[in-house]
Amino acid sequence: MRPTLGTAIAVGAVYAAVLGAAFLSPYDPAAQHRDHPLAPPTRVHFVDREGRAHLRPFVYAGDREEGDAVPVRFFARGVDEDGSIGSRRLLSVEPPANIFLAGTDELGRDQFSRLLYGGRISLGAGLFAGALALTIGLLLGCAAGFFGRWVDGAVMAASDLFMALPWLYLLLAIRAALPLDVSPGRALASVVLVIGIAGWARPARLVRGVVLSARTRDYVTAAAASGASRARLMLAHVLPEAFSVAITQASILVPQYTLAEITLSFFGLGVGEPTPSWGTMINAMLRQELSAAHWWLAAPAAALVIVSLLYHAVADALHQRPAGALR
Amino acid sequence: MSVVRVVGRSVVVRHVVRAVGELFAVSIIAFAVTGLAPGDVFGEARLERQLSPAAVAAMRSREGLDRPFLARYARWVESVAHGDLGRSVAYGAPIAPLVARRALNSLVLVSASLATTWIIVLPLGVWMAARDRSADGRLLAAGATALIAVPDLLIAIALLLAAAATGVLPTGGARAIDPADAGGLAALGDRLRHLVLPVAALTLIAAPPLARHVRASMLDALRAPYVVAAAARGIPYRRLLWRSALRAAANPLVALFGLSFAALFSASMIVEVVMSWPGLGPMLLDAVRARDEQLVLAGVMLSTVLLLFGNGCADVLLRVVDPRITA
Repeated sequence: MRPTLGTAIAVGAVYAAVLGAAFLSPYDPAAQHRDHPLAPPTRVHFVDREGRAHLRPFVYAGDREEGDAVPVRFFARGVDEDGSIGSRRLLSVEPPANIFLAGTDELGRDQFSRLLYGGRISLGAGLFAGALALTIGLLLGCAAGFFGRWVDGAVMAASDLFMALPWLYLLLAIRAALPLDVSPGRALASVVLVIGIAGWARPARLVRGVVLSARTRDYVTAAAASGASRARLMLAHVLPEAFSVAITQASILVPQYTLAEITLSFFGLGVGEPTPSWGTMINAMLRQELSAAHWWLAAPAAALVIVSLLYHAVADALHQRPAGALR
Repeated sequence: MSVVRVVGRSVVVRHVVRAVGELFAVSIIAFAVTGLAPGDVFGEARLERQLSPAAVAAMRSREGLDRPFLARYARWVESVAHGDLGRSVAYGAPIAPLVARRALNSLVLVSASLATTWIIVLPLGVWMAARDRSADGRLLAAGATALIAVPDLLIAIALLLAAAATGVLPTGGARAIDPADAGGLAALGDRLRHLVLPVAALTLIAAPPLARHVRASMLDALRAPYVVAAAARGIPYRRLLWRSALRAAANPLVALFGLSFAALFSASMIVEVVMSWPGLGPMLLDAVRARDEQLVLAGVMLSTVLLLFGNGCADVLLRVVDPRITA
């Protein structure tokens, strides 16, 4: 019995966490705590120095576990930098104490908050790019398989070309066509566009294959013989088969495209600072060359490994399900 | 058995013709895509206060950037015919000499990694298949699966950080000694030392999925009726494994060899950038950042050429190994 449900729940939890970044993160991802550069992760205590246990967790005000005990607040509204009342956050502490669950980077920005917001960019880009590539692939693949002849020839020739290029070189070539210095929103959109355009070929080929084989199935022939229109044949009989291929493909493509976003922003071609992405965070970790002394800078790498393992588990489970059903 | 007779000239010729056609199409698409990009290499110059807009316009027209798309493409084709591969505006020089050394470095890295990967993967995969029913074989297979889930980028970074921490191996570049200063042997040793880290990274990236594939093909081959029959006749297991099964599994493995070239080539881009190996990858990245249209084009085209060359070689090899394939 494979832990299918467990991994699905875990992946869902990761997406929920990055989606709820504004609530789950203790700080604004761009806020710089200039007095606390490269601070180690703040430890949350339940037992104080005198050995007394407390029901409410607390942290010590100093970076090195010194100073007064400051209780952790739950569901409190913070005060933004401009002095206005901010949104509710799950965890916060009264300044001057800090709660850096994964330490801070060289500018004193809270890594845990950046991890959540950066995950929103990286995982979100993977999801949207996967949806885009699958949509293009589904449309072109269906068209190629259904209309055949020159449509088929043109789509297959184009997909040959896209698959003839090495994946990362293709990404860079398409990235070269889009502006470099733009607002975070437009940068994210262009990254999604680049990856989606670069990745349509494989799903299109697979969908074409499915459509070609579905067209010759008895029930499709029967539907055609009883006078179903071409549109109805396509929508009611052929497309559902293509969808199941698309779902299995999604489990492979979304991780690949998440990595593509991370690689692009690692190269400095994705969403720029101060908006965090896991790619820029990993780049910062490399640039600092501090990782041995400041191990918490490896947090984005650790998060990426965990998410990759989860993705692989899901893809494995999806792939083995049809085979298992036959056995 | 004469290779030439088995392969037949027509196959090679057909490959070359097809590759040339594909390259032509890639060049048009890549040219159009990079040409569409807003802004060009003089985008920065326009911000410079000492330069008047007229001066920038003069610079653009001297490089021919103000001419229409088809004229620029024609000029590029002409320069390719001259063997220049176009002109890099950022470097102010013809591209061919710039790119030749980069492409050679990439090729050295990829072929060295290809060799080490297969030297490791072939015995490892066979061994994993032979020990499929015991704990150690299964453990190794599980380890390979786990390693597949670790992103390429992180493998490269982890090796780089490990090398930086121990200081045993150089962490960047292709050489530290100028061949003009030292003897041939010392220069060669220096180059080999610089090659170790990127080759190790690429091997670690490429080997796990390949080892799994080798194991799977070997398991299939070991289940084939004639192998079972050979075992029943009392042929020693070792001979069975290396002679009968491996030969039967050779076909998918050779196809895999071609695919592994493509995978290594794409992954080498990341490794080259992370470990500052002076190959095509970092050059293309810089060209994209500098908006150096023709250099981007040259990088994309060259990577395609190398990839098509690798795939062609694999196809020819497949025909040599398996004379049944004639199409």
